[in-house]
Amino acid sequence: MLILECPYCGVMADETDLHGGGEAHLKRFGPGSSDDDFETYLFHRANPKGVHFERWRHVSGCGKWFHAARNTMTLEVYGTYPAQTYEPPKELVAKIKKKHPEWGGWK
Amino acid sequence: MSTRLAQGGRLIDRSKPKNFTFNGKRMKGYEGDTLAAALLGEDQMLMGRSFKYHRPRGVVASGAEEPNALVNLGQGERFEPNQRVTTTELFDGLTCTSQNHWPSLEFDVGVVNNYAARFLPAGFYYKTFMAPAAAWKHVFEPVIRKSAGLGQVPTEADADRYEHYYHHTDVVIIGGGVAGLASALAAGRSGAKVLVMEQTHHWGGRAPVDGGEIDGQSVDAWIDATLAELSAMENVTLRTRMMGSGVYDHGYVLGYERVADHTPGDGRPRHRLWRIRTKQIVTATGAIERPLSFAGNDIPGVMLASAVRDYAVNWGVSIGDRTVVVTNNDDGYRTALTLKEAGLDVPVVLDARSEATGPLAEAARAAGIRVEPGRAIAKVHGGKRVTGVSICLQAGEGSALEEIKCDAVAMSGGWSPVVHMWSHCGGKLIWDEAQAHFRPDPNRAPTSHDGEAFVVTAGTASGAMSLAATLEDAYAAGKAAAKAAGGKAVRKAGPKADAESEQPMAPVWIMPQGASIKKRMKMWLDYQNDVKVSDVQLAAREGYESVEHTKRYTTLGMATDQGKLSNINGLAVLSDALDQEIPTTGTTTFRPPYTPISFGAIAGEARHEIFQPIRRTPMHQWHEDAGAYMEPVGHWRRPYCYAKPGETNEQAVHREVLNTRENLGLLDASTLGKLIVKGPDAGKFMDMMYTNMMSNLAVGKCRYGLMCSENGFLSDDGVVARIDEDTWLCHTTSGGADRIHAWMEEWLQTEWWDWKVYVANVTEQLAQVAVVGPNARKVLEKLGGMDVSKETLPFMQWKDGTIGGFDARVYRISFSGELSYEIAVPASQGRAFWDALLEAGEEFGVMPYGTECLHIMRAEKGFIMIGDETDGTVIPQDLGLNWAISKKKEDFLGKRAQQRSHMTDPNRWKLVGLETLDGSVLPDGAYAVGEGNNVHGQRNMIGRVTSTYYSPTLKKGIAMGLVLHGPDRMGEVISFPTVDGSNTVVKARICDPVFYDKDGEKQNV
Repeated sequence: MLILECPYCGVMADETDLHGGGEAHLKRFGPGSSDDDFETYLFHRANPKGVHFERWRHVSGCGKWFHAARNTMTLEVYGTYPAQTYEPPKELVAKIKKKHPEWGGWK
Repeated sequence: MSTRLAQGGRLIDRSKPKNFTFNGKRMKGYEGDTLAAALLGEDQMLMGRSFKYHRPRGVVASGAEEPNALVNLGQGERFEPNQRVTTTELFDGLTCTSQNHWPSLEFDVGVVNNYAARFLPAGFYYKTFMAPAAAWKHVFEPVIRKSAGLGQVPTEADADRYEHYYHHTDVVIIGGGVAGLASALAAGRSGAKVLVMEQTHHWGGRAPVDGGEIDGQSVDAWIDATLAELSAMENVTLRTRMMGSGVYDHGYVLGYERVADHTPGDGRPRHRLWRIRTKQIVTATGAIERPLSFAGNDIPGVMLASAVRDYAVNWGVSIGDRTVVVTNNDDGYRTALTLKEAGLDVPVVLDARSEATGPLAEAARAAGIRVEPGRAIAKVHGGKRVTGVSICLQAGEGSALEEIKCDAVAMSGGWSPVVHMWSHCGGKLIWDEAQAHFRPDPNRAPTSHDGEAFVVTAGTASGAMSLAATLEDAYAAGKAAAKAAGGKAVRKAGPKADAESEQPMAPVWIMPQGASIKKRMKMWLDYQNDVKVSDVQLAAREGYESVEHTKRYTTLGMATDQGKLSNINGLAVLSDALDQEIPTTGTTTFRPPYTPISFGAIAGEARHEIFQPIRRTPMHQWHEDAGAYMEPVGHWRRPYCYAKPGETNEQAVHREVLNTRENLGLLDASTLGKLIVKGPDAGKFMDMMYTNMMSNLAVGKCRYGLMCSENGFLSDDGVVARIDEDTWLCHTTSGGADRIHAWMEEWLQTEWWDWKVYVANVTEQLAQVAVVGPNARKVLEKLGGMDVSKETLPFMQWKDGTIGGFDARVYRISFSGELSYEIAVPASQGRAFWDALLEAGEEFGVMPYGTECLHIMRAEKGFIMIGDETDGTVIPQDLGLNWAISKKKEDFLGKRAQQRSHMTDPNRWKLVGLETLDGSVLPDGAYAVGEGNNVHGQRNMIGRVTSTYYSPTLKKGIAMGLVLHGPDRMGEVISFPTVDGSNTVVKARICDPVFYDKDGEKQNV
């Protein structure tokens, strides 16, 4: 059972207090978008063995959505950050890259 | 026969006898006995029958790994099947019965399966699926159902209580043998907070049985001294009867404490589930001895050598007068020596190795025991009890050289570390060639949130096979875990034992190595599930190369013991059959729990009224007092109807419909979700959430709205009211408020976070009553207050004011088709308002109505219900709701999805009304069939019923359904075959879904 730090209220929250929301940093495609773009937006999700960026909501806490960068194999959590962003913080990406030079980057 | 020895038994207290019964027979044991020891002490070797062949089975092991000896324990409300006698502590008055046999344990008819074994090989079950379908229904299923199954299902509610306990600590040590205690010493001395758990009721594990000295004292004395030191440490918690059940992500551990299994009914919780967060985990879980695969190795009396030794030393129980020991390692000799010391006969030690020259073998010879290297068991003789063995060469094919009479066989195939706790969260294993076992690879430990290891193994669980190595490894593990958890450095030296030399073991997977198929069909790998060497070899021949597939095909290791004895032996046989190395085959996955834990412990306190808290409206108590029949709606309980004395629920519902249509009905609508959406960008946001245009709704007006998922499917509906310039109030379905609130929050926080909108769920702040029927206005006017006339408050408008002195917000909306006011008052005034309406309404024929009446009235009007007309695959266009989908808006959630080709397909089933030709009520969920068959030979389907009721208003059955080209087929008759076995077809005419007052003359007055 994972523990993630909520970047809003600072609580180290148990997974039972959280609600997982799948892959982070999706771009929404609405009316006017191509079928391919819309399909990708709606259905295609990364499922990496390794570094992953996910959405979580501190549902039994402050109620805020945040993002977590973690490793799906080692369960290491590199960091959490507010969801109001289009990309992960640069220093977080640098930290992961330093630890895993072979990692291909966040997108 | 097995018997209690005149002396010995380090764990029992002979001054405290305990009485118990087995299959109704009175028996006696002693305090400190396991049920297994007590049964063996009373010569009860036969304890059950195997799962598939119903072969007679006795106990094999002395601990949690036991596959055979499962019993029905207790009676009535304390009855529980499949309890391991080896882990059940004896207590006065214990009752148990053997299971998996008919009519009796001694004489079991099911044993015919044993003689039909040739026809029940691996994968038999799967092969039955390939037979004609009729054979499965009429032959295989009835036979399998009758003969398979373990134990009986309890029929009474559990009398005991259970609890959860939350614990936070630095170091958890799983296992209280000498390794666990040595680790605890190191961790405790560091000052770290330590929890040590031991699954049995005694400390020290099996080291005292095996002998040796620690720090110059006997093992028992060292254990006592160590416990004294640990007990004096305030930072150390010691728990017995507590099993490490599972290790999970980020240092989460489940501990399963059997608080009162041995003292039933004493008022304490029976089991306590410890939900533990720890920084570090030490697994000092020891090792399990492996059986050897020889013909007849499942006959009662054939046991693990270590178990034979345990019963003698711990409980003073002899398995037999003459025990043949068969081994491939030095440890088996310890059993021979122990038995000899106890005055019992060991006719021979068969050592599969070509040489037996280690100190233990020499000691056996010195004790006068015949030692035969290079020998194996060709066959065990006996049925319900061992009567002898035939000896052969291990290197040969099994020609008998000699027959030896004996009544027990002690077998040792080497030891496998218990790696479960290590593996649960991703710890990897390496194959140890010398010991022929998998052991934890310390370089590939499970990692935690910081990417660092959080599990370390200690002692035999690491693969350290001698006492000296175990202590050294365990003390170091305790130190390392404490340091990683933030403890102080420990300088004090750990416990020491003298190193003893042992001759290397030799892997033996089949005995003898060239055994014929006839012999291999009698070599059991998995005792509980009856999987033999020949079954695994068959699986390999049939192409099962993956160990996970072989496991499922043969059911090897799938029984309640999860293959603790059979796993490695099975892997080895599979590897040999596939002609590959064992590490190439690999292991199956180790999953928690380590041994089965009770459902009671998992549920904890969440039973009965606190299983799931019930949400109550302010009027809830009134409904209960009125004798309402309640139904669950989300977490709420709502009145389904209010039956009067002598009335059926159905009659009550019909009365409520007619009364509401003719006089006056009251509905507690408080469960309706109420969300406030407020802010400068609220209009823009509402336009995204709903398919309708909501930004242009005038203040004071109401509009019915639809919400879709981004996939285009209808998700919720309800009436929206514009409260002021930047405030909207959204009604959601009952039980949908939390979901829709979360949905709105998600979009606001993660997509449009720059929009200035705030959403608040005010569902429980307000009580809401629907005042419905031709007399609705009269009762409100009688109560007095605000003007509720048609002119001041027309249909689909709302107003704030007072009614009968209550602060009210009145919506002129209708879900029934009648003149209707939905009135919200503060929750605190809800009950008083309800009472006032009932009192004032008396002269107007007021009656409360329930959810079923609501459903019928909405169906009569052709209003859809989320969850009936929708099922997550229905779009608004399917339901003829195009009028509620804005064409002007550039975007809303679901718009893009609804433009996809499949969503605009004219062949999508569309909503219509259905009326049966005979006036009957269509079966709920019935499908309409069309011409021809599909590729499976089934009738083509052209529609289905979504809502169906008897309409008391129209005095006939009415229904709605989704039908292919439905709206273009008005008046056509379609067929709905029934599935109740009557083989009849109900014919129904397609009609308008609005059955009642199509022009809205009743509601718009």
